[in-house]
Formats: sequence, structure tokens, C-alpha cells
Amino acid sequence: MPDMNLGQAVDRAIEDAMGRDDSIVLIGEDAPMLRAPLLARFGAGRVLAAPISESAFLGAAAGAAMAGLRPVVELYMVDFIAVAFDAVLNHIAKLEGFSGGKWKAPLVIRAPSGGGYGDGGQHGQSLWGTLASIPGLTVVVASTPADAYGLMTTALGHDGPVVFMEPKLLSEDWLEFLGRGGRDTVSFDVPAEGAVGPVPDSPHSTPFGKAIVRREGADVTIVSVAVGVHRALEAADKLHGSDVSCEVIDLRSLRPLDVETVVESVTKTGCLLVVDEDYREFGLAGELAAVCLEAALSPRYARVCVEDTLPYARHLEDAALPNVDRIVEAVKSLADA
Amino acid sequence: MELTGLYRQMLRARSYELAVEDLWHRGLISGEMHLGTGEEAVAAGVVTLLGDGDGLALTHRCSPALVVRGVPIVPMLRELLGCEDGLCGGHGGHMHLFSKDHLAATSGIVGASLPTAAGFALANRRLRANKVAVAFTGTGAMNSGMALETLNLAAAWSLPLIVVCIDNGWSITTTSEEVTGGGHLERARAFGLRADSVDGTDVRAVHKAAGKLIDFSRRGKGPAFLLASCPRLDGHFLGDLLLRMARRPVAEGKDTFAKVIASATSRGGGGLRDRAGGMTRMMSVMAKARRGPTREQRGDPMLAVRKAMKKHKSERDRIDSEVSTEIESAVETALADFGESADA
Repeated sequence: MPDMNLGQAVDRAIEDAMGRDDSIVLIGEDAPMLRAPLLARFGAGRVLAAPISESAFLGAAAGAAMAGLRPVVELYMVDFIAVAFDAVLNHIAKLEGFSGGKWKAPLVIRAPSGGGYGDGGQHGQSLWGTLASIPGLTVVVASTPADAYGLMTTALGHDGPVVFMEPKLLSEDWLEFLGRGGRDTVSFDVPAEGAVGPVPDSPHSTPFGKAIVRREGADVTIVSVAVGVHRALEAADKLHGSDVSCEVIDLRSLRPLDVETVVESVTKTGCLLVVDEDYREFGLAGELAAVCLEAALSPRYARVCVEDTLPYARHLEDAALPNVDRIVEAVKSLADA
Repeated sequence: MELTGLYRQMLRARSYELAVEDLWHRGLISGEMHLGTGEEAVAAGVVTLLGDGDGLALTHRCSPALVVRGVPIVPMLRELLGCEDGLCGGHGGHMHLFSKDHLAATSGIVGASLPTAAGFALANRRLRANKVAVAFTGTGAMNSGMALETLNLAAAWSLPLIVVCIDNGWSITTTSEEVTGGGHLERARAFGLRADSVDGTDVRAVHKAAGKLIDFSRRGKGPAFLLASCPRLDGHFLGDLLLRMARRPVAEGKDTFAKVIASATSRGGGGLRDRAGGMTRMMSVMAKARRGPTREQRGDPMLAVRKAMKKHKSERDRIDSEVSTEIESAVETALADFGESADA
């Protein structure tokens, strides 16, 4: 069971699946450089260098998926999905619905996400709330290398479109490429358990729509994804001494959402804190509150999210992203209420 | 403008970028840093033709044009350093620099400079007589839908827009040639723009060619397109892995090469031809990156302009000294409360 970083686990899952399934093709800007190992194994017919034409190559990937291929489209960052949003919103997500369920198209969008390395507000967004609001899409977010491998493997066997999000802060490959650039004069607050971990040798998959309880607790349920899970776990550790026991749930999959696991935990604790690196309004935080209300629960509730356009300066960005201090404070005020 | 004025602006742009490079390496600037080294002749040749009211929309590689446009340098540096008194309060960073006073905006989204500049041009036509807007872009961006759509929009609306397209041969780490159909001049002309091309390392040639096109647009004749070729001296961004691997294959590339070889020899996948083709492609891109010009070598526009300034040696020396003082003192001011010296 080799240790690898989260980005390497995704690469491995794609390579393993491409070895098994000839219909998988990989499309992306700079794919020949970024995915040189795949190019050297599968050739230019299956690893395609894309021009900087997101709306064209994502739209074309949707068409190719409809016609029998299984494309993996790599975006440099999920922020850039905006350029190709029509293909996502109006086409690939709607095919199954429009065709009365008679036509599904397997397409995986690999989208690195999130901030924490000072790249500014067009390169550090998360956007899973926006994407997960769209019927017809599956949206998954990895927070460990093992899950990254497992979720990507499931995505590559899934019969519909999947947006696979990969937090850059948990991927040394991305951090080195975009944040460090060979420097030893910068550092990042990388949660160790998320960044590097064992990935089982034999192909394994992580089911969609199944959250995982990363830490059991009695007083407050903290629900998160991606880097937020690790920040929540660190906050839970800190709070352990102050007699507040936190349960930490990693959703892993936003659409479909594992309502059962959330409701079960909130029923137990009576208290819900959502930690979300995506925007606060009209997103995951509100959705989880709604889910609880629909289950006839009325827990004490708070949310620690991104509230504004992400600032560039590292200290401003650190304050804007859900950090351990903000989570601890939120848990304390919930527990005291 | 006289050569000496153009030389001064080129030198200001280069010196600024070298200062930024140093600050970035020292870890005082975070994230990606796309230096505009190699683009100085284009920036100086074009932007010195702009004045108050003219709009300027730029890309992730925006510093040379902003420096030439006269955006104050200390606030720009303070922005990159993430300070509250930076040009954008530390919120923008180098890809999102805005100066309302100069009607200048930048974006990290490839292709976005064209529609923004088209909007500046539209507003200018109604609000500011004889004012134009310039979009800087690159050949990679000219494959984006929004860029091509803007060429049509500008022609259909006869906007006072000048698109300056820099051709450095690259679309990030992919050669532009590999991912581009047709020629950029032909495309622009097909949309009905007046189009010209120029050696983007020759500042006088750029100034002259851009002058004609800007004048054309100022007179209400419609949009124009200038294709300017110049080198990308420091890769896509500082620390560009492709460039690092190309220049120091053993030290920087060994992990990647090991992965490539492991994959290329794995069971399952393409035939020998596919695998050999993949390896060859990788080697040829590395070779191209390695061959590319570096600073102070043939192809560097600074070398060419210095040579052209030989006839004005005493003036050149004076400008060198003045610009050096300007940039050094800007860096010193920008770093004043950092506890770091300007020449660490």
C-alpha cells in the first residue's frame, strides 16, 4: 500500500482505468506535459493536447461521451469551468433528463480546486455548491489520497457526468507547480493526513453518495469536505480538552448527498456546524440546514465559510478561508448557546 | 516618440520585472508569477501611444504595459507584497491589478482582455471623443471563444479597439502551433479587422506599426489587430517546471522521467508506435523550451534596443542610471516596513 499525495492518487486512478478501458481518453490544456506518463503509455490518440478553448473542448467532450467515448477533461482549475459553463449546465447535465433517461453520457471533469497558496480570487475558488445545485451532475470532492483514488475510479466507471474536485492544497504536485515553483522560501498550511496517505494497491472504488464519519463525537456535528475536513478535525482536537466533543463528517460526495449520515449525526448532537471553503450564501451550508429542517430537526446551527471574493494576500486569504480558529470559535458559541 | 523615450520605458519595464523576480524568489510574493520579460518592446511601442481616456485591458502577464502606462510602481509592488496600501489593497495580486485612473484592468482568465477592452471601446465611443481601447493578448488566448467572438463584435460594431496579440510561440507549456488552426492575421482579416504583423523585439517597428493602427481606430475607422512576435524569456511563470526540466534535466526532471519510463513500459495501453510517439513529443517540446532565448542573448529585445542606443551612449548611460535609481528606490520604499533590505 504505497503512500502518495492526493494528485498522484488521482493520476494513478486515471492511468489504471485507462489501462482497463480503451474508451477512456484524456483531454486537457498542457496534457502532454502535465500527463507525460500517460502520453508515453497510451499515445497521442488517447491523451489530447487542448488549445485554450474550454468551451470547445468541454463541449466536444460531451459530444464524444454521447457518441461512445469516456472522456476525462482536465481543467487547470475549477474557476475556469466558468468559461465552459454552457457545456456543463445546459448540455452534459441535461442529456439524461431531456432524453427521458434514454441517453446517458459518461464524462469526468477533473477540476483542481481551492486556495491557501495566495493565487488570487480567480484561481482559488471551490464552486462545488454552484455545480452541485445542477440536476444531472454528480459532484464529488476528495479529502484524502485513498478517497481521491476511490472516487476517481468510481467516476471512471459511472454512466453519467461527474465533476471530480481535487483540493490543490492537498496535492503536492499542484502546490509545487502553482504555488512553490521550486522555491524553499514559501510555506503552506497543509494538513498532513490529507496530503499524503496510503492508497491500496489493488483497484478500489469509493461509492458516490456515502459520507464518512472521520471522528465520532457527542456534542456538535461538523460537516465539511476537502481541506475543511482537516481543519475541522484539528479544531475538534483542540476542543477535546475543553469538554466539547465534535463529530466530523466528510461528505466526499455533494451530489448525491448522504442525507442519512448527516441527519443521524445531527439527531444525536442537536447541533450542526458547516465548514465550507465555498461561498457561504446559497450553497452547501444552506443546503445542509434545509436537509435538517426537512427531517424535522431544528438543531443549533452555524456556518464557517468563505464570505467574499477571495483576497490575494496570504494573511487575508488565510482569514477568509475556514481556519481552525474560526471553527473553534463557532463550536464554542454553539456549545454555549 | 524618440528611441530614447522608448528605451527608457523598456528599461523601466524590465527593471521592474527583475525586481519582482527577486521578491518572488525571496518568498515575499505568493502564487504564480508570470513575468513579461521579452515583451518590453511591444509594451513600450504600443502603450506610449496611449493617453488619458484610452482603455487598456491586460492579461496575467500585465506588468510591462502597466509600468509603461504610468501606473505608480510603489503601489503595484505593495500589491504584490500583499499590503493594505497596495494598488488593490492586497486583494487583487499580480493577475488582478486595476487602476481606474488609467482605465486599466487585468484578468487571470485567458482571453478575457478582449471583451473587456471591447467594452472600454464602446464606452469611449459614446463618452470620450477619439479615445480608443487596447487589448493585450496572446496566441494561446486567441483560441478562446470569447476572443474570437470579440473580433466579430468589434467589427460588427466598428469599435475603436486595437488587439495586440503577442506571439511567443507558446500556449502555457504547449507549442501554439500544435493547438492552432490557421493564421492569426488571416483570422483577424477574415473578421474584417485591419491587421498587421511586426517584429515584437524591434521597438521602433512596433511603435510605427501600432501607431498606424491606433490612428486608424482613433479616426473611427473600426477595429485593428497587431500580431507581434517576441520571446518568452522566463517561461510561462517563474519556476516553470517545463523550463526547469529542459534546462536542468537531471536535477529537475528525474522524478518526471522516472514516471514516464515506468508508464511507458507498463503492460496495457498503446502499441510501440503510440508509446514512441508520446516520448518523442515530450523530448521535442523540452528541446524547444531549451532552445528558447534567454536574457541578454540574441532575441532579447533589451539587447537589440541597447544596440540601437549605441549612437546615444551618454543618454543611454543617463537613462540607465535614472531608471536604476527609480526602481531601486521604489523597491526600498515598498519594503520599508518588511524588515527586509532591498538588496538581500
